[in-house]
Amino acid sequence: MAILRVKDVSKRFGGLKALTDVNLNIEENSVHAIIGPNGAGKSTLLNCLVGKLMPDTGSVLFNNNSVLGLEPFQINQMGISRVFQTPEIFGELTVMENMLIPIFAMRDGAFRMHAYETIANEREVVEQAEVMLEEMNMADKREMHAASLSRGDKRRLEIGMCLSQNPRLLLLDEPTAGMARADTNNTIDLLKQIKDERDITIAIIEHDMHVVFSLAERITVLAQGTPLVEDTPEKIRGHPKVREAYLGEAA
Amino acid sequence: MLGLNKKDTSLLIVVALLTLLAPFILNPFPEGSAMAQFNAGYPDLMQRFVIFGIFAIGFNILFGLTGYLSFGHAAFLGVGSYSAVWMFKLLSYNVIPAIALSVVVAGLFSLLIGFISLRRSGIYFSILTLAFAQMSFALAYSVLSNPKFNLTNGETGLQVYADDPQILQGANAPDLPHLFGLPMRATYTMDVGAWSFDFNAGYYLCAVIMMAVFYLSIRIFRSPFGMMLRAVKSNQQRMNYTGLNSKPYTLAAFVISGMYAGLAGGLMAAMDPLAGAERMQWTASGEVVLMTILGGTGTLIGPVLGAGFIKYFENIFSKINDNVLHSWFAFLPDGLEDAVVFVIHPFIGKGWHLTLGILFMLVVIYLPGGLVEGGQRLLKRFKRKKKDTDDAPSGKTEPAE
Repeated sequence: MAILRVKDVSKRFGGLKALTDVNLNIEENSVHAIIGPNGAGKSTLLNCLVGKLMPDTGSVLFNNNSVLGLEPFQINQMGISRVFQTPEIFGELTVMENMLIPIFAMRDGAFRMHAYETIANEREVVEQAEVMLEEMNMADKREMHAASLSRGDKRRLEIGMCLSQNPRLLLLDEPTAGMARADTNNTIDLLKQIKDERDITIAIIEHDMHVVFSLAERITVLAQGTPLVEDTPEKIRGHPKVREAYLGEAA
Repeated sequence: MLGLNKKDTSLLIVVALLTLLAPFILNPFPEGSAMAQFNAGYPDLMQRFVIFGIFAIGFNILFGLTGYLSFGHAAFLGVGSYSAVWMFKLLSYNVIPAIALSVVVAGLFSLLIGFISLRRSGIYFSILTLAFAQMSFALAYSVLSNPKFNLTNGETGLQVYADDPQILQGANAPDLPHLFGLPMRATYTMDVGAWSFDFNAGYYLCAVIMMAVFYLSIRIFRSPFGMMLRAVKSNQQRMNYTGLNSKPYTLAAFVISGMYAGLAGGLMAAMDPLAGAERMQWTASGEVVLMTILGGTGTLIGPVLGAGFIKYFENIFSKINDNVLHSWFAFLPDGLEDAVVFVIHPFIGKGWHLTLGILFMLVVIYLPGGLVEGGQRLLKRFKRKKKDTDDAPSGKTEPAE
């Protein structure tokens, strides 16, 4: 069953057609990659899924509920978590606090005025955060300010923050962009581990073919705002249309 | 204790001791001595210390935690004062209903202003709050003071007149603000040798309230709610994508700090039953920003220190005049004495703003964390020195191996 259905989504920015009639189904518990050359509309598509942009036409159904017109926080509360291209974490807060916030958000909803309680007394939440830090191998860094972490650790923390909410769908926007090879491989291993251990659907936008082919079960190729092909990695690898989109007609 | 960790508890105890013993601490010099003018232990000034402390503590909940810089908090202070004086006029001189109403009205007023201003962030938010405060000032100064509808009594200021209803004012109750019969102006003076210490009822009321709201602010800082406010300051994007709606969080912080400001305004009126529009002016809003930054933004005790520091300067430094300087430097030869006085002259008396400005610049440049950071650095240096001397003897024995 498809957990996310994108139907006939189009988006224009003035005269530029960023997306034209995009149709896309992401199956539950799969790893689905969306690839495409620069300017293909990958990020625009992603932003339409999380409430940052409103498509001009079409529908986006998550778990048979429309997400269009909802705020990012409402979409997150439905079970979609997003990892950004550059890690978005709470830099001035400690690693532990970074992990506590999403767990509080999951337990208490979008707003709760718990101004007279003490964090240390919220045992359940603190324990969950500790477990998650352990899982991310970051327990020894819990008192560090998140801003002082290495790039790879920031990424790990961000993924951990998303996972702590047990999302049904995890969206990753170029998770290894600008990373050294070693960090990239660590991130691949982490994502593989997540895929194996959890009931989770992962949608990943990526430039790096190495990452895409090591993780994805389905791949959609986007070019000039429209899906070109959708298939398994093996088929995509040798597909003439894909080569054309990436390398130009001469290839 | 009281649901606080060890460090916060000791901070609370230190603050409690300092405020309760303030009449002694602020009057260290004997009456009539040359240094007596540096004594700050008179009721009027002590009241101002704690009232502005409350104002700054509240401001810090907004600015220190969420990073939203309001330039209009004096509006809530003024609204609090007006509400309190209206309570005196309509009900009685008892301060409890007056203070209660000032908090409630300031809360409602800040809900309205916050709801609109928080549609924007950064500099636009600051400008919106400034605009609202200046509008409030204009309203209080002229618009809401006309023969048909006189809410604020214009430039004269709102005060209690003999023909006001005061429906609950008992026949024997004091004819000035009081707490169930205890007048706020009641002062007991204790003379110990050359020293004299004033214990003022109004001051102790303010001090007890300040300790209560200081405790409340510690609780807020340490609560999940406080953590969310810091998250607002740190990364709103991540917050929204984590399923949190940052708007009600900032609005709640805005209203809480508005209520603190209203409480401060109410207490000001309770100490002196008069409310004027100048309390809402933008300079008053700017002052609380200075207090918070000077003391240490986002720290617990910083705003209180900043408030005390600025009020001390305003009241004590401004009183030093050339005559005082001449008496200090009388030991110097005549020409030199005049020269020294001439150099110092612009920085004292009416020039106290100049001194304050220089100090403020020094703090912002060298101690971005404010006076609190200064204190921490001193403490660290002191500890390191102590450690060095402790380590020295053991160091001598080691080379033997």
